[in-house]
Formats: sequence, structure tokens, C-alpha cells
Amino acid sequence: MDCKPSRRDFLSQTLTGISAAWISTNWPAMLSAATHARAAAQSGAPAKFEFFSPEQAAEVDAISARIIPTTDTPGAHEAGVVFFIDRALVTFAKENQKAYADGLPALQARVVELFPGVSKFSAATPEQQDQVLESLDSQAARGGRNPFRSGGGAQSFFETLRIHSISGFLIDPDADKRGNRDGAGWKAIGRDREHMFTAPFGYYDKDYPGWQPNSAAAEKPKS
Amino acid sequence: MTPRDQPKYKTTDEVDFVVVGSGAAGGIVAKELSENGFRVVVLEQGPYLTEKDFIHDEIEVLNRDLLTNHPELQPNTFRKTPDEKAKRQRAIAYGRLVGGTSTHFTANFWRFHEIDFREHSKVGDVPGAALADWPITYADLEPYYTKVEWEIGVSGLAGASPFDPPRSKPYPMPPLPVKSGGVVFERAARKLGWNPFPAPMAILSQPRPGRSACINCGFCLAFACEVGAKSSSLATAIRMAEKTGRCEIRPNSYVHRIELDANGRATGAVYFDAQRNVQRQKAKAVVLCANGAETPRLLLLSANKQFPDGLANSSGKVGKYLMFNSGAMSMGVFEHPLNDYKGFAVSRILHDFYELDPEKVGFHGGGGLDARFDMTPISFALGGLPPGTPRWGKGFKDTLSRNFTRTVEIFCHGTSLPVENNSFSLDPDLKDAWGLPALRMTYKDHPDDVKLSNWLNVRAGELLQAAGAQKQWSFPAGEQEFSVHLLGTCRMGNDPKTSVINSDHQTHDVKNLFLCDGSSLVTSGRGQPTMTIEALAFRASDRIRDLAKRGELS
Repeated sequence: MDCKPSRRDFLSQTLTGISAAWISTNWPAMLSAATHARAAAQSGAPAKFEFFSPEQAAEVDAISARIIPTTDTPGAHEAGVVFFIDRALVTFAKENQKAYADGLPALQARVVELFPGVSKFSAATPEQQDQVLESLDSQAARGGRNPFRSGGGAQSFFETLRIHSISGFLIDPDADKRGNRDGAGWKAIGRDREHMFTAPFGYYDKDYPGWQPNSAAAEKPKS
Repeated sequence: MTPRDQPKYKTTDEVDFVVVGSGAAGGIVAKELSENGFRVVVLEQGPYLTEKDFIHDEIEVLNRDLLTNHPELQPNTFRKTPDEKAKRQRAIAYGRLVGGTSTHFTANFWRFHEIDFREHSKVGDVPGAALADWPITYADLEPYYTKVEWEIGVSGLAGASPFDPPRSKPYPMPPLPVKSGGVVFERAARKLGWNPFPAPMAILSQPRPGRSACINCGFCLAFACEVGAKSSSLATAIRMAEKTGRCEIRPNSYVHRIELDANGRATGAVYFDAQRNVQRQKAKAVVLCANGAETPRLLLLSANKQFPDGLANSSGKVGKYLMFNSGAMSMGVFEHPLNDYKGFAVSRILHDFYELDPEKVGFHGGGGLDARFDMTPISFALGGLPPGTPRWGKGFKDTLSRNFTRTVEIFCHGTSLPVENNSFSLDPDLKDAWGLPALRMTYKDHPDDVKLSNWLNVRAGELLQAAGAQKQWSFPAGEQEFSVHLLGTCRMGNDPKTSVINSDHQTHDVKNLFLCDGSSLVTSGRGQPTMTIEALAFRASDRIRDLAKRGELS
């Protein structure tokens, strides 16, 4: 269970009339208060699927887990990417419903075509799964189309899956989108989940001695 | 932090000023005029969002235009040259909310240098460009730059850049903390004999009343600030205007026509309200601050018998000389984590190449370099990895996981030369969701702009090498087809035949109609226009106030 405060907890504090200046100096104390509130709010039952059937959900979960596999760090499965995609398809990405409705059977057909005897993607070995996705990816019309907006040009189902998986892995875990569960995606890429940071930030600024004026006198423009 | 009590003016009540747009310029104009005792209505096409609405959801903000003009509702068309038929394609992005683009900008706040106002005198004609001097100088604008720094809030270190123009006062607060990307930039630049310095940023390094200092949350460029640290018009000028009790901010008001009376005097603004009913707000004078795309569009939409080619367009220059600023980028990956995802985007910049010698480099222009990290996690995963990285699977994940904390961008920003064909006009076929002609952009970078960008990008590569990047790559500059910098389209000048507004921001053709925003710029500067737009807005407000007090607007 993740107990980091959400930005909404933070904002509920700012909106009660406390001055922002005060907040910036009293942040740590407010964090711990917000943390308890969040933990209490998070003890709900697991979410149900709104678009996918349980079978489809298992397939999408397995696909996303090859796009962002579990290694020594969490992958798409641990980040609950399938829940993100499911929610997306009934809210902000409704226009992609058909892509999934048509794409999932086509993907299953590809599995059977390449590996007779394997009934579905989630039943294949990881190596077989990668071969299926490679075959889809190599046919993909890759383009910069925005997967969350209707009206663009054609985009392959694989590219939609890829972008949706990455988005569900890395979306702000406090966004109301059911992705990046427990901040698993951010953990994997080394992004701390805190809402506020203070210097030093990284390796190279931790021993920064402070600003020293440029030693050379101003030269005329170089070229 | 919710909208304060405001007066509610009737549309039939002739207020002193109607200001169209509430962004970088409109917010300041509204503040200054209302603080000077005038009754002001600000008409903003977007919604009135406040800090509680500002989220870190990349999909809502970046993909679904939570804060920006929506390409389905207000589509654009694009073509490179006037003889082409324009195709539907997104050409511009701007903040469409109270506070405008200033709510979501990067907040780089350099001043223009003296050369930017006098470039034509200094370098002469540049073939293929319509370079002109401004009717004002850096010295005229200097007090207003200082005003922006102190009243709106800019952090920085005076005297740190040997190339900085003269200033009358230091910055009101110290620079933001240096980031690791800034440190590697600074060390490498010095090794190369260049002069890096702390970036002037319109982001608070120290709290101000009602506003927090930057909390380094890392969702900065393209996101709006939920603690008021970014010095947007929303967090600053709009709230000061509201405090006067004389300024009404009217959101969801999409102005589409400025009408004149029989004497050729603007009577106010015609707009669609939230229910798409047509409303007419009467005013003694009108100030358009709708940005460098929407201001010329509004003039073109307001064509009438007296001005068949567009209001205040006797010169034929409305919409012309569009400039973007040229840009290019190199990226580097370092051995140890920079964690540049923390904080604002930019902590170090350099201006050694602000004025290049065309004799030596073979093109006109100049620019700056900065070290930045302005990509949020999804955008980094989709666009921030080195060429050749697998697009999915273990190889993708491993590279993403290693590089996210270790990558920095070296961004090159430079001149756009003014070219007459580069323009905004009304698309003859495509309409927006309100039935108004869509914006059509015609744009082809001057060849020197592309050469400049690529020249700067070679410097960026040298810098990354000197910094010891383990891996580096660059995106060569090509001809641009999209921009967020929308400049020069109603240029300022003394000659009514070659410019749209005079140095008071008054249109040459309609004496109670003023324009102030990116459209007023005569040259593009070297990449960061908003500071100058805001200084112009402070200055324009003084001029307008004086004209109004002398009774010259009625």
C-alpha cells in the first residue's frame, strides 16, 4: 500500500485559506497529516472492469506485460496497466473501443497462426508472445498520431497498445485514471513520488560550491 | 484562491476598456488600467480555472488540451507558401484559460537586448526578410522590464551574464537552485570559454504574499502551477486587477468581432457567451491582447465597409511577418543521476552567441543555449530515448529506467527573421465549432533561421561532449510547421503603410483600438518573447492611460 500524499490532499489544505507561503515552509508537517487521510481512503475493494471481459482483460494484461515486462523492478502488470486501459476505453479514449474490439480477435488469430495449438496470447510462452508482438509491430504504420484523440489517421492496434501501456505505466498515480498503481511505474524509472523536492536534486549539484562569476571578462560575440 | 468578488458590468454599460484576452499582456493591461481608476471588462475565451484545477495528469494536460486551444473545436490549417492549398493540421498551441499561455509556459524570462530593437540599422537588409527597427529602443522599455521583474516576480542574478543589457535594478529575488543538468552545463561551457549564467525565470525562489516559492514538483512546462509559484497572469496581474474592484474577468467569452460606429470608433466587442449566444460589451476603448494568432484573426474577422481587408488593416500587414523563434535540441545521458525531473525546467543558460557575425558564420541571427529537462514521464518514454532504443520490451524498459534520471536536453533558441509571406489568415473553407473561419498558417522558415539552429546545435553537441556525456544525439532543425511563439503579426512602427500599430500600441487606423501581445513585436528576439510582451504591456498601459486622461480616445 502506497501512503504518499496525493496532490489533492495537498490542495485541500491550500484551499482552506492557509497562505501558500505558509505552506511552503510548513510542508513536512502537512504531509504526515495528509498521509493518514490517504491511507484511510485507500482500503477499498479491487476495481471491476468496465469495458473488458475477464478473458479480454487477461489478454491485455499479458500483452502489456510484454511491452513493459517485470524485471527486477515492477512492470505493466504490477502497475495495473490493464485497469488504466479499461478505464480509458469507457472515458477519455472511447474512440479506441473499436480498435480493441477488432484488434484482440485479430491478435488471437495471429497467435494461432504462428503457434498452432496455443489458444490465446496469455497461454503462450513469453518468447512466443514476443514473436506475436514483433510480427504485429513490424506491420505497424508508425506515426505520431495522438492515441487519446479522435480524428487522426490510422494507427495500428499494436501502436495503440504500446502507447496505452506506456501511458498507464507512467501516468501520475494520483490522476483519476487507475494507472501506475502504487507508483510502480515511477519506481521503475527512478522517479520519486513526492510532490515537493528540495535541492540538491542529483549527483552533480550535491557538491556545487555556489555560483562563481565567470572569470573571463566579457568578450565580444563569438562566432 | 478562487476568483475574488468582481463588479458585474452590464453589456450595455459602456465601460472604459474592454480587454480581449487575459494572458501575459491582457492580465497586465487589465491590472494597470483598473489600478488607474478605469472600469475594465476582460473577455477571455477560456474557462476560469484556479489552482485546485491544476493537475499533473499528462493525458488531460498534454493530450486532451485541458489548458490549451482544442484542435477539434478550433482547427487550424497549414501551408508553406501562399500558392499552396492549406491542409488541416494543428499549427499552434496557446493557453485557453484565464491567464492564457502564461499559465503553462516554461517561464524563461530573458530581456531582449539592445540589438533586437535596432537590428535593421545595425546589419542592414537581409535578403528574403523584412527586417525593421522598432519605433522604441531598449532604453524605452528598460523601466518596464524592471517592473515585470518586481511586480510579476522574476528570479535571477543581475550581472551574471557579461552580455546582459544595462538594467536599473537587480532582480527582486535570487535565482532558483541549480539543477544537476545546470551544473554539467556550467562546467562544460566554462571549459569551452563560454559564459553560462543562472537562468532568469518567472518562477518564485522566495514566497510572496499568497504565493508559494517553487516546490520543484517537476510538472512545469505545459502544466499550470498549483501553488502560484509560476508568475502567470493568473497568479499575479489578474488577482491584482480583481483587487481594485473595478475589473471584471468574464471567462468563456469568445470575441469574434469588433464593431465601429459611424465615426470609425470602436464601440466594444461582440462575443459568444458560454451558451453561444451573441453578446455585445460596450466600451469607450478596446485593447486586443488575444495573442499573435487570435489578435490578427479577430481583426480579419472584423472586416467591414471601411476596412474590407480587415479592421485596422489599411496597411495590409495584419497577420503578416509571423515569427516563431527557431529551435533545435541535443540530448545527453550522463553516468550518474541528474534527477532533472525535479524542479522547473531551466537553471543555466548562455548568451555568448546572441549576436553572431554574419561575415564569419554565413547567416544572419543569434541565439542562446540552455540546459533543461522539460519532459514528463510519459512524454520522456515516448520521445526522450536515444535513437535505436527498442520501442517496447526489456530493452526499452531497461533504457528508460536508466536514462530517465540521467538525461538532459541542451536547447538552442534563436532568431526568426520576419518574412512577409509568413502569416495568419482566414481559411476560406474550414470553420471552427462556432462557424467562424479557421486560422490558416502560412510559414516557411527563412533559410538563415534553419542554418542558425543547426549551427547552435553543433555548439550544443560540443557542450555535451565537454560535459562528458556518455551518450549524445541531436535533432537537426528542419522547417517548422507548428509553434507556441506567435510573434510579429501586427507589427509596431511609425509608418502606417508598413505597420499596424504605433509606438503607443494604438492602431494607425482606429484611434480607440489598441493591440498588445506577441503580435506587436517587430523582431523575434532570440527565443524567449514573453518577458518582452509583458514589458510592452506595462508600457502600453501607461501610454493608453495618458491618452485616455487627455481625452484623446473619445
